Amino acid sequence: MSAQQATAGAPTTERDEMEELQAHFDALIAAGETIEPRDWMPDGYRRMLLRQLAQHAHSEIIGMQPEGAWLTRAPSLHRKSVLIAKVQDEAGHGLYLYSAAETLGVDRADLLDALHRGQQRFAATFNHPALTWADTGAVAWLTDGAAVINQAPMTRISYGPYARAMRRVCLEEAFHVREGYDLMRALCEGTEEQKRMAQDAVDRWWLPAVALMFGPPDTTTGGADARTAAIGASVSRRAMAWGIKRHTNDELRQRFVDAVVPQAERLGLTLPDPAIRWNEERGHYDFTPVDWEVYRRALGENTHWARQRVAHRRAAHEDGAWVREAAAAYAAREEAAGRTEEHA
Amino acid sequence: MSSTSTSTSTSTSTSTSTSTVTERGEGAPASWEVFLRPRRGLAHQHVGSVRADDAAMALGRARDLYIRRGDPLSLWVVRSDSVHAVSPDERDPYFSNARHKPYRYPEQFAPLTVEGADGDPHQ
Repeated sequence: MSAQQATAGAPTTERDEMEELQAHFDALIAAGETIEPRDWMPDGYRRMLLRQLAQHAHSEIIGMQPEGAWLTRAPSLHRKSVLIAKVQDEAGHGLYLYSAAETLGVDRADLLDALHRGQQRFAATFNHPALTWADTGAVAWLTDGAAVINQAPMTRISYGPYARAMRRVCLEEAFHVREGYDLMRALCEGTEEQKRMAQDAVDRWWLPAVALMFGPPDTTTGGADARTAAIGASVSRRAMAWGIKRHTNDELRQRFVDAVVPQAERLGLTLPDPAIRWNEERGHYDFTPVDWEVYRRALGENTHWARQRVAHRRAAHEDGAWVREAAAAYAAREEAAGRTEEHA
Repeated sequence: MSSTSTSTSTSTSTSTSTSTVTERGEGAPASWEVFLRPRRGLAHQHVGSVRADDAAMALGRARDLYIRRGDPLSLWVVRSDSVHAVSPDERDPYFSNARHKPYRYPEQFAPLTVEGADGDPHQ
């Protein structure tokens, strides 16, 4: 209850209160201020945030898998150290985001449970296997490169804990893109066979990056048919009005293509899209529009790799149960004995 | 504060200063708020939260999560349910004693020298 109401002393209806809360919320968003955990927020805003935070967190930890598979097979100690650091970062990003999600009153254990049951999704990008060592470079350069472009505006997302988590994430993603590019450069400067391996990885990771990392087309200029574009656009409009999103998917996708084409040229690699060419008039690179429906069907939750990712995640969780139980039992015993865990 | 759940759907917030505890599933480890002092001269800053059964594990997890880079000087963990907070929505009337009191600021008063504020060694 506000002071205004208190001093007026007038009985207020629930509807008046709701309107006042909504107006306060709208004013904060309009002023570019953050919404913080204990602020009132519309249910729709909270639901959209939770959905996005959960999917984002899940994507980070599932995203550990394709690259993680190469940890034991890295070609040198240096590359291995780098890859460990990168995969650890992805775990960390997941945890920053689960922590942010918990400020909305959920428990991360329930979110993980929803992931394990297939009730919440993660980025379909990671349903692709990393077949060769070069894939670890292509993933870091292209999908993390896409993530940086996607996520840089999210450091200004309207929900405070999410924005703060994204600031940490973005600082670390910059390392991922650079190390990925460096790995690809080393291969491209190597033998013919190494160069072929790099090209093959780019051929397979280009579409997952350019299509899936940015989500469905949400403008007709993105190449979507009118209906798909309209659906995408209405979701994006809502998210933008709430400051959960700052740019359309297609705008960010274009930004990614514009950034990556010259990088690929410097490596001497060919991006697998014959339509890529500079458009003087637009001041952007043209590229083949994403056929989202075709893509969705090929990458549904029922593909082998999608099932594999969740099964692997679930197995890791179940295999760790004894550790969680032991830690809980130890803490309970110490507490019962009246010992506190003082650390020097 | 992270991890202090709050009912966002109710129309009014309670006016008492409380920390609402996230309801935990059976056996789920407690939530701990993490504070980091990034370098000398700065106070500890809230950076996020971790889950752990005891303080030692919470410190270890906070270190692994929030200090993968840099050279921080100090780390605190505090049980989330030990944090007592006043909501931003409760600014009125809870923080009202800070408002509408211009006489608490120096520029509300005559300067000490003829040069005005510029010549005032206290400003």
